[in-house]
Amino acid sequence: QKNKRTNMMSTSISICTRRLHLHKRYLSSLTLKKHNEYYETPQNAKGAFESAPAEPNIDALLPKTNMNLVSSINQTLARILETDSSAIIFGQDISFGGVFRCTINLQNRYGKDRVFNTPLNENGIVGMAVGYASTGSLAIAEIQFADYVFPAFDQIKNEASMFRYRSGNQWNCGKMIVRMPYGAVGHGGHYHSQSPEAFFTHIPGIIVMIPRGPVQAKGMLLSASTSNDPVIFFEPKALYRSKLDDVPDEDYFIPIGKAEIMKEGKDVTVVGWGRQLQVLEKACELAWKNHGISCELIDLRTLAPWDVDTVEASVRKTGKLLVSHESPVTGGVGGEIACAIQERCFLSLEAPIARVCGLDIPFPLAKEKEYLPDEWKNLEAIKKLVEYSK
Amino acid sequence: MFSIARTTLSNAGRRVVNPSMTGIRSMSSEATFDLTGSFKTHNLDIAPNNEITMSKEELIGHFKLMYTMRRMEITCDNEYKSRNIRGFCHLYDGQEAVATGIQAAFEPEDSWITSYRCHCIALLRGGSVSTVLAELFGNTGGMTKGKGGSMHFYSKPDNFFGGQGIVGAQVPVGTGLAFANKYNAKPGEKMNVAIGCYGDGAANQGQIWESANMASLWKLPMIFCIENNHYGMGTSIDRHSSHTDYYKMGNHIPGIRIDGMNVLAVKEGMRFVKDYCGSGNGPMYVEMMTYRYHGHSMSDPGTTYRNREEIAMTRSTRDPLEFVKKTVIDAGFADADEIKQMEKEIRKFVQSEVVKAKEFPLPEPEALFDYVFAKDLTPENQESQKHIRMPDYAKSFWS
Repeated sequence: QKNKRTNMMSTSISICTRRLHLHKRYLSSLTLKKHNEYYETPQNAKGAFESAPAEPNIDALLPKTNMNLVSSINQTLARILETDSSAIIFGQDISFGGVFRCTINLQNRYGKDRVFNTPLNENGIVGMAVGYASTGSLAIAEIQFADYVFPAFDQIKNEASMFRYRSGNQWNCGKMIVRMPYGAVGHGGHYHSQSPEAFFTHIPGIIVMIPRGPVQAKGMLLSASTSNDPVIFFEPKALYRSKLDDVPDEDYFIPIGKAEIMKEGKDVTVVGWGRQLQVLEKACELAWKNHGISCELIDLRTLAPWDVDTVEASVRKTGKLLVSHESPVTGGVGGEIACAIQERCFLSLEAPIARVCGLDIPFPLAKEKEYLPDEWKNLEAIKKLVEYSK
Repeated sequence: MFSIARTTLSNAGRRVVNPSMTGIRSMSSEATFDLTGSFKTHNLDIAPNNEITMSKEELIGHFKLMYTMRRMEITCDNEYKSRNIRGFCHLYDGQEAVATGIQAAFEPEDSWITSYRCHCIALLRGGSVSTVLAELFGNTGGMTKGKGGSMHFYSKPDNFFGGQGIVGAQVPVGTGLAFANKYNAKPGEKMNVAIGCYGDGAANQGQIWESANMASLWKLPMIFCIENNHYGMGTSIDRHSSHTDYYKMGNHIPGIRIDGMNVLAVKEGMRFVKDYCGSGNGPMYVEMMTYRYHGHSMSDPGTTYRNREEIAMTRSTRDPLEFVKKTVIDAGFADADEIKQMEKEIRKFVQSEVVKAKEFPLPEPEALFDYVFAKDLTPENQESQKHIRMPDYAKSFWS
């Protein structure tokens, strides 16, 4: 084991078979480039100001490997550990891979000093991440389920988010990622299905990111590792194994704070994130097939700070907005989006903004189907929006 | 009332190296002081030395520092009462020996994180009286440019991590600092330590137990320093803690109780603790027996839950400043007149620093939005950060 760990020739951990090729690739780029080093192309160099680097052209990044979300996150974490010698990963049970196997084989390869288990102390885990990150080192803390993050909420709100601000930019705990699986999974019940993103979007000073699949997860996690602000990274646990996608082998960075228009359309703007996008895709398909309604589907990707300009431009085009998320409707992120959009383009709206979200109850076990905003509820809302605007 | 070993002025356990010189203004430049009875250990086979040798410059330096702290805190008191300092103000007078002793024993590379009672520690680590006071006034001349105020002093060059408002929250963060120190330590060398200071009221916070568990599990060089001033805000120690021997609170984690009114004992004790933790033996609980004269904060008179007699008695018998003064005089380093002269100078100095601190301007309104996020998320040469959308009414319908 020890020889394996120290031997550079055996750096392959992926589950795919092209080990030699990956190894060569990794050898050639052993440092993560900063965002702008990738995108110094003529088009971008002369362009208008960008607060975040340009979108990577994922289709052009070859070669690719087909994998699920777990493998994507696993390989990205390995990449981060490889390129940043100060990076550590810690959390409950992660040494054998964690409950979802996102951290599998990392301890074997990078050692117990860098990938290790912690006791069952969320507060202590995140607090320790804050302290470690404030020395300029990368701390990746894992909370086993997003439902358990609340003992650590004080550390995130009162320590992590304010560290830079209150010290007048002397100290910061920017190199910190708190990863946690979130979302409904079909049988989770009260404490394995929650989506607490709304609590975190209310905190100025942190970044909240939610990927919708393996491709986005890799780009967003790499961006998070080079960002200078603490990142809360929610991973949709329902998609861990089920969502397969072709992930480029090389490094690419998805810009923080930018939304992505997944599908262009002209009738209704539909906004979602994470796992809910799967549901929304189905709803948009149904709307198109059965009713001829063309929906523009937007993945917010970053919830805090969120890309209000993209959504606004889309609403100006379509005039109708639908926001959908799993967490309860009252106080959810949908309310924030609705209010900001109506402030900005009230006269462009042809119908009241619709929010199709979970009910205002604790996440139920038995009646999960009735609770969740599925594609039928969303379809109804889309139809209603179009009816209203006629 | 206090069942601890404490060095009172009457118990002048100070033995001078050159007894023939006692009482005469001596030319000796250093002396040895006796510290018996200042330490109590738990789960430890070794203990700090029972005596400490200190040079004249050092001891007089400690005295000057402590007196500056005392004058600064009294100035804060007056300024708060004349409403120049707003918000919260938690004063450290009575506890000066703790901060001075720890700083004397530590290197600049050791990380220090503390609670909201941090004015004096900020003074030691990167601040001057004028920057500390300017921060309290909310000026741009302050240590954090007026952003934090009383509870939030930081200094990157001096490894001082503040200044935290939430009770007990600094301890897990301190454990992270200790982890970083262990991670970055070179093999064969002593590790830098991290000290997290908190009060007896905070000592029962859940997150402190969590951090102690992790620090002990992974043998982190973390010092859990409890500044036991016997009151958790307005509740006395017997009424808020079922276990008042805080140095034993770590259970199998070794602990030491130090007389926090004796700066010499604090220095020697912390030297011992730093040595122990920096050698990879794991964390240690340090309890400093000390006292605060003011209330918990400026909005607390401090007399509704304790007697004035108790405060007066502590001032007359256990005051750290008086102790150092007497030690200096008895060791022959200076006589009473010289000390009076030093005090006068320091008073004048602090007054001039107050005037200097008041001259700084208040921060600009744009500074409200500075440093919420890191700079690379915000564009250069742009007026307001794009991602902070309040108030972004330029784009809203009502503009």
